[in-house]
Amino acid sequence: MSISLSAGAVPGPRKDPEVAAALGRRRKRVDIIIRSLCVGATLVGLAFLASILITLTYRGFEAMNLRVFTQVTAPPGSEGGLLNAIVGSLIQASLGTLIGTPIGMLVGTYLAEYARGSKFGDLVRFVSDILLSAPSILIGLFVYQILVLPFGGFSGWAGVVALAVIVIPVVVRTTEDMLTLIPNTLREAVIGLGSPKWKMIVFICWKSALSGIITGILLAIARVAGETAPLLFTSLGNNAWSIDLTKPMASLPITIYSMAGSPFEDWIALAWAGALLITLGVLSLNVLARTLLRGRK
Amino acid sequence: MSQAATAATPVPAAARSGGNLGDTIFEWACRGSGILVLALLGAIIVELFIAGLPAFRAFGLPFLWSTEWDPVQEVFGAGVSIYGTIVTAVLAILFAVPLAFGVAFYLTELAPAWLRGPVGTAIELLAAVPSIIYGMWGFFVIAPAFAAHLQPWIIDNFGALPLIGFLFQGAPFGTGIFTAAFILAIMILPFIAATMRDVFLQVPPVYKESSYGLGATTWEVMKGVVLPYTRVSVVGGIMLGLGRALGETMAVTFVIGNANRITTSLFGPGNTIASLVALEFGESETGSLKLASLLALGFILFVLSFIVLATSRYLLRSRLKA
Repeated sequence: MSISLSAGAVPGPRKDPEVAAALGRRRKRVDIIIRSLCVGATLVGLAFLASILITLTYRGFEAMNLRVFTQVTAPPGSEGGLLNAIVGSLIQASLGTLIGTPIGMLVGTYLAEYARGSKFGDLVRFVSDILLSAPSILIGLFVYQILVLPFGGFSGWAGVVALAVIVIPVVVRTTEDMLTLIPNTLREAVIGLGSPKWKMIVFICWKSALSGIITGILLAIARVAGETAPLLFTSLGNNAWSIDLTKPMASLPITIYSMAGSPFEDWIALAWAGALLITLGVLSLNVLARTLLRGRK
Repeated sequence: MSQAATAATPVPAAARSGGNLGDTIFEWACRGSGILVLALLGAIIVELFIAGLPAFRAFGLPFLWSTEWDPVQEVFGAGVSIYGTIVTAVLAILFAVPLAFGVAFYLTELAPAWLRGPVGTAIELLAAVPSIIYGMWGFFVIAPAFAAHLQPWIIDNFGALPLIGFLFQGAPFGTGIFTAAFILAIMILPFIAATMRDVFLQVPPVYKESSYGLGATTWEVMKGVVLPYTRVSVVGGIMLGLGRALGETMAVTFVIGNANRITTSLFGPGNTIASLVALEFGESETGSLKLASLLALGFILFVLSFIVLATSRYLLRSRLKA
């Protein structure tokens, strides 16, 4: 028994070409299976994107016509469009970006130029990162508490402020990232010429990081253009034409939300048209931002 | 003497003092904005807590697990929506992590160089698609497909299994916890995949090369070198995805079925904190106990996401420093 064991082809530490080959084949097989699964996972991810885009294109273009851009929202069956929603979204997103961007840039600058390695800077960075990923619906609830309740009603301004709060951390992140990429020798050269620090930051650092900062702003616009949850409690939505920021204001996402949830065929079709518009806008802003960044590298 | 000096160099002196003043103003503008961001987060916490206080007072600690939600009797509890929030988010992680790992592995080790950019961008674009679009897509495309094909098949094949069968019973509505988790998984996939890809790329090539030199296959290098090296950051990326999934609102509202009860089946309807707030907010009167309960739910959601996101950031700190 023991003789046959020691003489037989028992897998063990001894070199046995056949066993080694079998093991090698097995390892290669496992490798190939896992590689294929990973390719499969990537394909699945891409398939989701394709499915979303195809659905949007198909159902969006079906419902797309001039009325979408020239008429305001109307009751079901009466040939309305999305004009008030589109204009409302443009106003709120651009004002929100206008308010949020300078604050975000200053915070990003503070983190990169003044607070590197300081405890307080770490705290600000941490809080900004939390705000970046915090549920946007909570920002809506917060603005409802501070601007809607005390000032007697939903308003475009409340929506603008909610969006601005969302813009800030996005801009902080990219501004800081881009400023830290600038070599310190450049800063030293500018200071060496006798420039005050603020001039160095504004005219040299910001200028060198410009395309990166613009990327951040574009991404921020793309982010707020599609935000729905925070607007539910702030600018509420409005089915009539209104560009008065002290009154409830329509926006594309809110209009899509209420129309897509309705039982009316023509409203659902309009919702798809709006969905196509918003996705095209957001995705092209994203692609544009990436192209800008790549040109920089 | 000093008069002569100032007279001789008036411009630099003026510029210098202007520079000092400008520096002070600019530095304080920057610092002030930083303080504003801190105050913002503090204000969000405090405002939500104060606004939810009437509900906490009225129902006490049992508010957290009470499953009651009765606007007529004015009795509210957070149990169902907290359960729904956690179950959908955890399920979404279960779906998303293997996919995200596959994508990250493909993008860092397998894909030919010319494909990495476009495929990476396409996956990242999944993160840019607005939440409401996912909601519509889920409601009009995914839910009907699930109701017609996937769910009947799963119910037929797994519904009768012992121990876990109850998870897969019930009617195939299409909408429900399962579908919500599925949509959430797609939404958080790009965040997890991007973090994984970034940390995989930070593994020093020498480590991988020495492993390859010993004859390891690509998978063995991933399993034996890359994953152990990046383990902590990978978990951080997963937590980031979890944090995102907890607070997602619009997409979930469309597909979860919005019923305030806990069902044992994954195909049953439910709700999450965010979807409940989004749906019920419009029907709540100012100053009512219902509104306070919704804001209290907001506070709970904030605490949940804060813990998860802070953990994520702590785990990812090494990546942030690099």
